[in-house]
Amino acid sequence: MLSIQNLTKIYDGKVLALDNVSFEVNKGEFLAIIGLSGSGKSTLLRCINRLIEPTSGQIIWNNLSITTSSQEEMRFIRRKIGMVFQHFNLVSRSKVITNVLSGRLGYINPTLSLINRFPQSDVELAIKQLERVGIADQAYKRADELSGGQQQRVGVARAMMQDPEMILADEPVASLDPVLAHSIMQYLEKLNKEEGVTILCSLHFLDLVHEYADRAIALNQGKLMFDGVPTEIDDKKFKNIYGQEAKRVG
Amino acid sequence: MDRLANLPWWAILIMLASILFIYSFITDEIYNEVFNKIVVGIRLTITVTSIAYLFAITIGLLTGLGQLSSNIFVRNLALLYVQVIRGVPIIVQIFYTAFVIVPAVITLINLAGDQLAIMGWLKTENIFTKLSVREVNFITRGIIALAISYGAFSAEIFRAGIQSISSGQIEAAQALGLTRFQSLRFIILPQAIKRVLPPLGNDFIAMLKESSLVSVLGVNEITHLGKKYAAASFRFPETYNTLAFLYLSMTLILSMGVKAMERKLKTGSE
Repeated sequence: MLSIQNLTKIYDGKVLALDNVSFEVNKGEFLAIIGLSGSGKSTLLRCINRLIEPTSGQIIWNNLSITTSSQEEMRFIRRKIGMVFQHFNLVSRSKVITNVLSGRLGYINPTLSLINRFPQSDVELAIKQLERVGIADQAYKRADELSGGQQQRVGVARAMMQDPEMILADEPVASLDPVLAHSIMQYLEKLNKEEGVTILCSLHFLDLVHEYADRAIALNQGKLMFDGVPTEIDDKKFKNIYGQEAKRVG
Repeated sequence: MDRLANLPWWAILIMLASILFIYSFITDEIYNEVFNKIVVGIRLTITVTSIAYLFAITIGLLTGLGQLSSNIFVRNLALLYVQVIRGVPIIVQIFYTAFVIVPAVITLINLAGDQLAIMGWLKTENIFTKLSVREVNFITRGIIALAISYGAFSAEIFRAGIQSISSGQIEAAQALGLTRFQSLRFIILPQAIKRVLPPLGNDFIAMLKESSLVSVLGVNEITHLGKKYAAASFRFPETYNTLAFLYLSMTLILSMGVKAMERKLKTGSE
């Protein structure tokens, strides 16, 4: 479904963020991306929907080449790829429902969307998505009145409004406490198991990786260090990924 | 003691002065005459300011967006305009617009009329060739000058407002498959506008004061009326007291409005 081939990203001609990374993702997989901060996880996820332009290499998605698509084609590809961010990136002054509805904007004719109205069917769909993440009662509150965990649920609901085939989650639980982290991960798991949405999720805690991911890849200084089942990560591989001084936590 | 120290004494002083002024306008014959002479110009002051302001924020929004444009030509044009305006005193800009830009534009329109007549599209005497510089009165020229001048200042406000939106917001908009225009319309501008409203309000207040400068073009707004009256009657203190009082009461009321708006924007949702 998704094939990354020899992907390299060099920032400003100096900083090597991704170094010849290749891997495949199958449809319906839950793939965890692990590695230290700065190892290239975010860069990798952002290259996949081209929020960042890769320096070289290829990304093929459903037989479409993402790396060579035009801006216009990219728009159609992006609306089938949801994204969830570490800092949620909601419009904090807008209502929750407006934030969720904005997930639908990619489907609305740009000129028609000038008037700020969504079809009733979209509003109903937005409420349904909020029900799924258990915060339908908060729909008409301002986004910044919600707690961090609730805001991330809005982020997930917004991504679901896109009716995505794949979700890129960039450290979705890194700014949440462990209890909330599990609840967000469970929503992603549900989408993965029940709707067959492919999920690429960067994570810091290995216990989350073990619990939710079918497969894991690991990056260290932009290089792919591991690709396999999370349980295969033994002490030696762990030190390859996180460095010789690293200790396991959680 | 603390309560006394924290009282807004400055506001109390202004209030007392206002009461004294209003009392004089009613009872003192000279003040009464000065006030009646000048106050008729308030309407023009407000009209000039309001119309020029509407044009200025339109120019400002477009220029602010232009400064952030990826198109080299558009970006540099916007930057050039802002830099030139910021480097020239407003009073010089007013003279320049009134006596250089406006006549030049009229000449260009006349030339275009001639050209259209030669090409046979219009008669020899048409609306374009007939237009004369004298038909553009000095009120209009003053409005154009203020609009051009404040357009550059509000452009900086809009630019700062747009740039203050975090890059994560733009990323999220892109990831949702929004076009550049859609992210501007739904994500960036709605948030930026709220941040720029208070400084734009302050711009309106500044512009109200600056509108006194168009008195150099002989526009009969309150400053010009005051100047003429003082020159004829030699009642300088009475005239300029009244003039200052009028400006101060307008700006104080407006800045209370801006403060109220700031408070509302902090808590309100859309």
